[in-house]
Amino acid sequence: MTIPQIIFLIVAAVIIGSAFKVVTSGNLIHAALWLIVTLFGVAVLYAVLDAGFLAVVQVVIYIGAIAILFIFAVMLTRKEMRDRGPQLSSAWWLSAIIAVLTFGGLVRMLQAWSGFSKIPVDLPTGFDAVGLLGTALISPNAFVLPFEVASVLLLAALVGAVYVAFNRK
Amino acid sequence: MVPLSWYLILSAALFSVGLFGVLSRKNAVAILLGIELMLNAVNINLVSFWRYGDVTQMAGQVFAIIVFAVAAAEVAVGLALVISIYRRRNTVIADEIDMMKW
Repeated sequence: MTIPQIIFLIVAAVIIGSAFKVVTSGNLIHAALWLIVTLFGVAVLYAVLDAGFLAVVQVVIYIGAIAILFIFAVMLTRKEMRDRGPQLSSAWWLSAIIAVLTFGGLVRMLQAWSGFSKIPVDLPTGFDAVGLLGTALISPNAFVLPFEVASVLLLAALVGAVYVAFNRK
Repeated sequence: MVPLSWYLILSAALFSVGLFGVLSRKNAVAILLGIELMLNAVNINLVSFWRYGDVTQMAGQVFAIIVFAVAAAEVAVGLALVISIYRRRNTVIADEIDMMKW
């Protein structure tokens, strides 16, 4: 067992453990805080995978914006949060069966794939992943159109969110 | 080094946990938390396929960034809807939001 494998196993245990707390925790504030732990573990995985820019974006956007938005939403709807008995619906065992079947099916399908236990090649020396990513995002030969569509989507979603949540009184 | 299969199994497990959360939670905000877990599982897959494939092709990372943008849009609209429903109907329990049920 090499050092990267040990690091991976620790991070994976943190991710799965905190994800379980997210879906089972009775107090929604605690669930949102456990979500931050999960997101941070995923950011560590990005760093391990040599995607440093995505690790930073994960911390800034997911933890800094989305998780905080969740905490605000939980606080704004707090009155209804704890007083309705169990947080899981009565048919939660059915959901558990579906989730386990999904996991089993995914693993079974992946095992049939020939590239399943691929080993990564080392990055070439002087490899500039961030520079390549920036070029790919604005190059007309690559991904400038999806990039612009994503920005229009964000604008439309934010205008829509303000309109839906606006208090007309 | 870590084989690709470890990342794929981790992301399958994270996706299944998120799916369980989406299907079994009563609170609408908690359902959105489960969706975030599923989106993160997808992103782990995209980035690990980028790293284990041809690293000069940036499609994996670009698509991961677009998933970030879609997740931000989804959570902004979703939470706005939850807050609006809470303001009008005084509930965030998904079972009780049934005015379109017939």
